[in-house]
Amino acid sequence: MRFYRAHVLVCAGTNCSLKGNRAVREALIREIEGKGLGEEVKVIETGCFGLCEQGPTIVIYPEGVLYCRATVEDVPELVDSHLLKGRRVERLLYREPTRPVAVQTVPELDYFKKQVRVVLRNCGIIDPDSIEEYIGQGGYTALAKALAMKPEEVIAQVKASGLRGRGGAGFPTGLKWEFGRKAPGGVKYVVCNADEGEPGTFKDRLILEGDPHAVLEAMAIAGWAIGANYGYIYIRGEYQLSIQRLERAIEQARRLGLLGQNIFNSGFNFDVEVRIGAGAYVCGEETALFESLEGKRGEPRIKPPYPTDVGLFGKPTVINNVETLANIPPIITRGAEWFRTLGTEKCPGTKVFTLTGDIVNEGLIEVPMGITLREVVYEIGGGIPNGHKFKMAQTGGTSGGCLPEALLDVPMDYDQLAAAGSALGSGALLIMDDTHCIVDVARCFARFFLHESCGQCIPCREGTLQLYHLVDGITRGTGTRQDLELIERLSRTMYVAPLCPLGQTAPLPIMTTLKYFKDEYLAHVDSRVCPTGTCRALATGHAAD
Amino acid sequence: MAVALDKLSPDLREQRLREVEAAVARHRDKPGALLAVLKEVQGILGYLPEEALKKVSQGLELPLSQVYGVATFYTLFNTRPRGQHIIRLCESAPCHVQGAREVLEALKRELGIGPGEDTPDGKWSLELVSCIGVCGVAPAIMIDDQVYGNLTPDCIPGILASYR
Amino acid sequence: MSMVTLTIDGREVRAAKGATILEAARAAGINIPTLCYHPDQEVKAVCRICVVEVKGSRTLQAACAFPVAEGMVVNTQSPQVREARRTILELIVARHPLECLQCARNLNCELQTLAAQLGVREAPFARLEKQYVPDTSSPSLVRDPAKCVVCRRCVETCQQVQGVGVLFPINRGADTVVAPPFDHGLLDAVCAMCGQCSLACPTGAIVEQDHTRLVWQALGDPRKHVVVQTAPATRVTIGEEFGMPPGSIITGQLVAALRRLGFDRVFDTDFTADLTIMEEGHELIKRVKEGGRLPMFTSCSPGWIKFIEHFFPELLPNLSTCKSPQQMFGALTKTYYAEKQGIDPADIFVVSIMPCTAKKFEAGRPEMTDSGFADVDAVLTSRELGRMLREAGIDFASLPEEDYDLPLGISTGAAAIFGATGGVMEAALRTAYEVLTGRPLENLEITAVRGLDGIKEAAVEVNGLVVKAAVGHGLANAKKLCELVSRGQADYHFIEIMCCPGGCIGGGGQPIPTTNAIRQRRIDAIYQVDRDMPIRKSHENPVVRTLYEEFLGKPLGEKSHHLLHTHYVARQRYPG
Repeated sequence: MRFYRAHVLVCAGTNCSLKGNRAVREALIREIEGKGLGEEVKVIETGCFGLCEQGPTIVIYPEGVLYCRATVEDVPELVDSHLLKGRRVERLLYREPTRPVAVQTVPELDYFKKQVRVVLRNCGIIDPDSIEEYIGQGGYTALAKALAMKPEEVIAQVKASGLRGRGGAGFPTGLKWEFGRKAPGGVKYVVCNADEGEPGTFKDRLILEGDPHAVLEAMAIAGWAIGANYGYIYIRGEYQLSIQRLERAIEQARRLGLLGQNIFNSGFNFDVEVRIGAGAYVCGEETALFESLEGKRGEPRIKPPYPTDVGLFGKPTVINNVETLANIPPIITRGAEWFRTLGTEKCPGTKVFTLTGDIVNEGLIEVPMGITLREVVYEIGGGIPNGHKFKMAQTGGTSGGCLPEALLDVPMDYDQLAAAGSALGSGALLIMDDTHCIVDVARCFARFFLHESCGQCIPCREGTLQLYHLVDGITRGTGTRQDLELIERLSRTMYVAPLCPLGQTAPLPIMTTLKYFKDEYLAHVDSRVCPTGTCRALATGHAAD
Repeated sequence: MAVALDKLSPDLREQRLREVEAAVARHRDKPGALLAVLKEVQGILGYLPEEALKKVSQGLELPLSQVYGVATFYTLFNTRPRGQHIIRLCESAPCHVQGAREVLEALKRELGIGPGEDTPDGKWSLELVSCIGVCGVAPAIMIDDQVYGNLTPDCIPGILASYR
Repeated sequence: MSMVTLTIDGREVRAAKGATILEAARAAGINIPTLCYHPDQEVKAVCRICVVEVKGSRTLQAACAFPVAEGMVVNTQSPQVREARRTILELIVARHPLECLQCARNLNCELQTLAAQLGVREAPFARLEKQYVPDTSSPSLVRDPAKCVVCRRCVETCQQVQGVGVLFPINRGADTVVAPPFDHGLLDAVCAMCGQCSLACPTGAIVEQDHTRLVWQALGDPRKHVVVQTAPATRVTIGEEFGMPPGSIITGQLVAALRRLGFDRVFDTDFTADLTIMEEGHELIKRVKEGGRLPMFTSCSPGWIKFIEHFFPELLPNLSTCKSPQQMFGALTKTYYAEKQGIDPADIFVVSIMPCTAKKFEAGRPEMTDSGFADVDAVLTSRELGRMLREAGIDFASLPEEDYDLPLGISTGAAAIFGATGGVMEAALRTAYEVLTGRPLENLEITAVRGLDGIKEAAVEVNGLVVKAAVGHGLANAKKLCELVSRGQADYHFIEIMCCPGGCIGGGGQPIPTTNAIRQRRIDAIYQVDRDMPIRKSHENPVVRTLYEEFLGKPLGEKSHHLLHTHYVARQRYPG
């Protein structure tokens, strides 16, 4: 193995790709070679660091100096100054809005101080296209360890960890595996749900882009635990880079015998196939995903039977979210006790959140469960930019609720956010400042569900249509108080009657806006005024009262 | 990209349909291969015309109605020829609150078409879509497979010009 | 079977483990309303009308799908449940055309009944009607997607029961519509025109093409000699149009009713069913003796004919060349009968009362003009006849029983059982045995070919030859048999295929509802008709004998060939 005196990590996540990271990386390599540093310094493409807003981001180790918004023009100076002369390039250092001085290294950052990286342990550290680097970080030792255990012991450990599904429902993962193990049947499947469609969520994409082997390793462990020899990763068609990285990772793992026949001489066979979606949010629902994977319309199935009894191709199937799976290897290697030291008692571990909207640091963070919204928004996220005021945060993506300022101190885990009338969901956090009209935003939510309802069951198909029509009417100045009552009545039915969670959660975001910002609705319907001036059909300004 | 099948020369048309048949044949032994087949067929033809779906129906031994029902369920499939480039604008909340509406207006202005429409010269199609998962750089669009983020209305003419 | 005890609406109920809440409740006399539920179909649980509260469950559960469990507590009438049901119905109504008065399904519509039952009086939601143009391309059926509630019952019927695969959900969300692919009309699809979809539909989204105006017009035209024929199956079903229980035998009232409508002659398709046995029986014997194409398929079911033309054109030589009884009747009426009565066939108008929508298509086939005219002018389904009789104010139940007119009204029990699956086979075997052996058949009732099993087999020894027969009903079963024949794996001489499940008593033009339970009662009735007939073998029909003597000469003779036999068209697997 070669030793380099410095490693230059360039984020190769999609978000940074959109900001020209490739050109920067190529320029770096050219410059380093040109200066004769090729033997000493290695340039590595890594997964997302999380600071997407600041991209393209570069971290230079061993010091861990973080440079932001670097361009091709900056490269000669970076190489000459930092790598040759050992002087930091001040003007490219990351500046936190809360502090006037430039931050020097990654560990100093407020942004990272509250973060605990379990799921994202390798993201931004290793080259995702290199299985050797994954193994160098302890990769595939969890699989080796699991294969030396009895499947029941693996399940017991996952159960003891208290890990709950990170796709949004929060079902205990170990229990799901146990059901899968106990289900009768010779052929079983492990499915990784990578159909990340919840607006505001891109964590699974960045995990897959940054650390694809973690998911493959976890799937093999799940296969061993439940008695499955084949796994599918169902990933949305829009995630080109993740698909490429996964395909490459699968090839590498097969080449080293970490997938395929007789893994680690255990007699255990396991292989993985990537299946690509074609544009349907509902396919994130596990049974709709099975239908789609089987080549059908992605329409959710009736439950029961549950997937662990009758799943993909009618066989017992354990289906886990990308983030859930990424937690598995450290749970196996470091133990359930360690895992339980993180997070809350009922929701151990960390949660990956994606911060979007009106917030200084848009991007990806990983924090212990139970952290408050306030800490995330102000301490990690850097607060609200441009001198505006916080208005609300939508947690859990478009199917989650909107929380006003008064609820900023709610600890975020499955149960406590649900108790607050919202949801942890996928971990999306959309922050909105006071320039946004609540009804206009609600209309956007309603439109999403109208567009994404599969159309199978009547209360969702027709309910999402009417819900959109009602909210849209309010933004156009034709809404009435009766409409508000009708929204409430329709929502009561939509919460309980549809066939799948899509329809059942469709009214939630809208109802929370109505609950916490009723005055703003009333301004629209009573006075025909949109206080923020967003709804163009209405007058701007404040309601008469 | 997508030229209507019946507008191709007979030779080219035959060749394309043979490619479709080959794509079907490659997948036919895989369970649940329909989505993968449709994706490939759309890659060959740019859209999913009836004639091609008949070949898929035949090859996979599925009724044409089921093939068509699946093709019309997913937003990434088109059963009619679209513009040379498809612009997909994310209209979900993270993009919406960061100014997707203004970006849409710029696109409408520049292209002279609305969502769901194609420019008369066959160059562009405009679609509104749900979240494309690049919310960190909202508002965002996809042109074919290429994502553009952190957009403002001012970016649009330049981006479009790069396709000329 | 292990049982569980649960509580429904405060009452303790015992139910089999694995039963659904709906089944448990209905068995206990607790009525939970449904819309997409169909007793013969897979549970769909998409309408959500049957939602109930299950203690411990955050959401409501669809009673049609949710399995009972020991100790479960169910509430089918809570305020939440009632509000949900009413809201769902209001949502449907908001997009459903308010054309009940003009709708073919008025007063026999599950949506209408439900709206009345659940007290939908308000229309709180915006009317966002679906903008679809009705598909009237088919001569048999009219499809109006605006009235469709997307319950998918027709989809299961078309795809699974019939294996035709024309109707399927298209698009997504609020744009979802059940239709043939690529906006094709039914005429340009592989539709068999069987109309089973129209039986499955809870509303008026798929109904028969209406020929009643055409028939009223003919009846009102003094120059027309209007002759009517009644299909075998209709004598045990039309009573249902007037509230009589399924299985009511109403042959005599049917004749009386048709006379009161003003038909000049009331004849019976059963007569030409007997004739079919003579022709088809001889055709089979000829094929066996002369090494013709075997197995021979029956050809009296027009939906089956259209199906085989699309899906198995290579098997067309296996089809009997016999026209269906309906078409034989038309051809004879405009030749033999016209000649005998001295009526210009141009003035004869032939109406058939049929259990079938495909018969409308059949009557319009260009091959069906061997008399020099359209052999049959108008086809009324059982449902349309019901409408005409109601329009005429005829009190069906109180009508006296009357007899068919002579000569084309004389028939046998063998003809009557054409109406049930296996009936043609049984009738043919009765005749074949006696004609070939010269011995009377000891037991006329060949029960092996009876009943609702999808595919049935029988073997009868005739003069040392074991005649192997198979019977299939429902096109999915027909498909299985065709595949066997195609692969050369069908060791049969004769195969009866009926397009519709249960045979014609379950035809696509029959009264709604038609369920398997109702089919069985109609089948029982048709065998009762057979037992009550003085003559039960086709070759003993005296008028058929006279017909051969006076007009046709002999079975498969020249005149028969010209008037009673036909040819088929190889159709595209992918039309349109």
